Amino acid sequence: MTSINLAALQQEGYTEVATLPEVLADRPMHYCPGCHHGIAHRLVAEALEELGQVERTICVSSIGCSVFIYNYMHLDTVEAPHGRAAAVATGVKRARPDAFVFTYQGDGDLASIGLAESMHCANRGEKLSIVFINNTVYGMTGGQMAPTTLPGQKTTTSPGGRCASTEGLPLKMAEIMAGLGGVAYSARVATTSLKRIVEAKKAIKAAFQCQIDGRGFGFVELLSACPTNWRMTPLQANERVEKELIPYFPLGVFKDDANDPACSVSGGDS
Amino acid sequence: MTASRKFLKGNEAVVYGALAAGCRCYFGYPITPQNDIPELMSSEMVKVGGQFVQAESEVGAANMLLGAAACGVRAFTSSSSPGVSLMQEAISYMAGSELPGVIVNMARGGPGLGDIGSSQGDYFQAVKGGGHGDYRCYVLAPATCQEAYDHMIEAFDVAYAWRVPVLVLGDAILGQMKEPVTTWTPDVNADAGKDWRLEGASGRPERLLKSLFLEDGALAGHNAKLQTRYRDMQPLSRLETVGVDDAELVIVAFGTIGRIARSAASQLRKQGHKVGVARPVTLFPFPVAQLQALAVPGRRFLTIEQNCGQMVEDVRLALAGKAEVAFHGHLPGNLPNPDEFIQPILDALAAKA
Repeated sequence: MTSINLAALQQEGYTEVATLPEVLADRPMHYCPGCHHGIAHRLVAEALEELGQVERTICVSSIGCSVFIYNYMHLDTVEAPHGRAAAVATGVKRARPDAFVFTYQGDGDLASIGLAESMHCANRGEKLSIVFINNTVYGMTGGQMAPTTLPGQKTTTSPGGRCASTEGLPLKMAEIMAGLGGVAYSARVATTSLKRIVEAKKAIKAAFQCQIDGRGFGFVELLSACPTNWRMTPLQANERVEKELIPYFPLGVFKDDANDPACSVSGGDS
Repeated sequence: MTASRKFLKGNEAVVYGALAAGCRCYFGYPITPQNDIPELMSSEMVKVGGQFVQAESEVGAANMLLGAAACGVRAFTSSSSPGVSLMQEAISYMAGSELPGVIVNMARGGPGLGDIGSSQGDYFQAVKGGGHGDYRCYVLAPATCQEAYDHMIEAFDVAYAWRVPVLVLGDAILGQMKEPVTTWTPDVNADAGKDWRLEGASGRPERLLKSLFLEDGALAGHNAKLQTRYRDMQPLSRLETVGVDDAELVIVAFGTIGRIARSAASQLRKQGHKVGVARPVTLFPFPVAQLQALAVPGRRFLTIEQNCGQMVEDVRLALAGKAEVAFHGHLPGNLPNPDEFIQPILDALAAKA
């Protein structure tokens, strides 16, 4: 780890324009060049700090590239089995109602093997938050087809491209979650540009705020690039999010009970 | 400690024992013959200010248990055989992450959907690990409704003292029969888990509960630590014996079958047959030394189980050839009664088995 002597730099005339959130560990990440996990981690860290939740947060990590989120965040963390993060988080939140609880899950984890746990957790209106990273492939295992893989997309298990008639169409999780009664907030964002990153952070904070206010379950889907498994350069991958993912997975807020009180399932934190 | 007397089903005794032990979260899913547990819990847990969740599946319930256990809050789940199969993933993760989850299996017949009657067909699954990887649960086998109550209290104490999952292995007979139970409230050590439980990293470094060990040598070291723990738990093993001192034949049987075997042995004693019963109360750790001590020259053993022969393998391993061990299996699907055990016992006495 390298530490910067800020005072010395300032004496030389440099000005500090940005700092790492304290909750984010100052250590190199293992993610591939061009991967969006690093941006997502930072946005989560900033949101937790700005909302004053760091000291009461319990993080539930999942299985996939982001299992190592605990190496990058100074947070109490429990590792969930593949797909079970929402069930583990339910147990954590019920056991510690005063804690701020969030899961961080990929698309294979949340939308395939963990679909039942994720949807029932949302439908019960558990007072917790899910940060969902959708990069249309299984990343850690080497780029296999995910439930979010786009039609025609070539992966190691769909070498001819995903075929809608035999493999179905990609699941639109943010829309599915918005249709469930217990969900207070559901949105889809991307992190391909500064403007989108600002919007993404706003959505993460809105989802977290639902839990803080005891309004219900908050869900944010982040469209993310996986240059390695897409066989692309970071710039090409970023462009693919804009040109291929966003047209299929529209960005936006699909439910926000702060703007629609009729959606609220609970008057307060129980 | 305050005590009172109640008339309870085994399933109800599990609920009240858990609540007396300070359990404040229950996660369950319906399956016969344990439905009394979630049904009663749905109202009793609310009365003590705890949390009751009817999960979407046994997979969900066991993982909710994992989450609550990670917070150091006393929690349990219950199910019956097919449901407990679904929980094996989470049990393996709890063992790997050293989490004190308590699981109750009111076992029924198998394989597959089997039936809803009693069975001991889950012995191997309970004591050999059950899920993937090298791990064990502490396994208690109650034979009475009183034990169902007492074992729930012991289950939480052991789970927190040793940071291992604990399995209470009953069956359909125990869950559905009703007996007087002396209820009592233990002193609960509220500090148990205070050095590892998750509560938010306020004023201290963050904590991590995990079962992934990728660094060179890390998993080997973790497994060595777990295996040492399981060996250190051996002194917790218990064997209940009746009439073994002068016995020519010792029947080894656990749970409700141990109790039915005792009735059969008592009938035979009245006819002058020297028969005793040894009932393992803990199935893991298995009471190896206690069984070995019973293997005096000339004495034979008969293992009776309501399955096709599972614990008998551990009895034979424990006795290491020092005594003959016969087996009588009462097939799951048929409700056992003491009279059916008489002839197999007489055959074993005559060394015909």
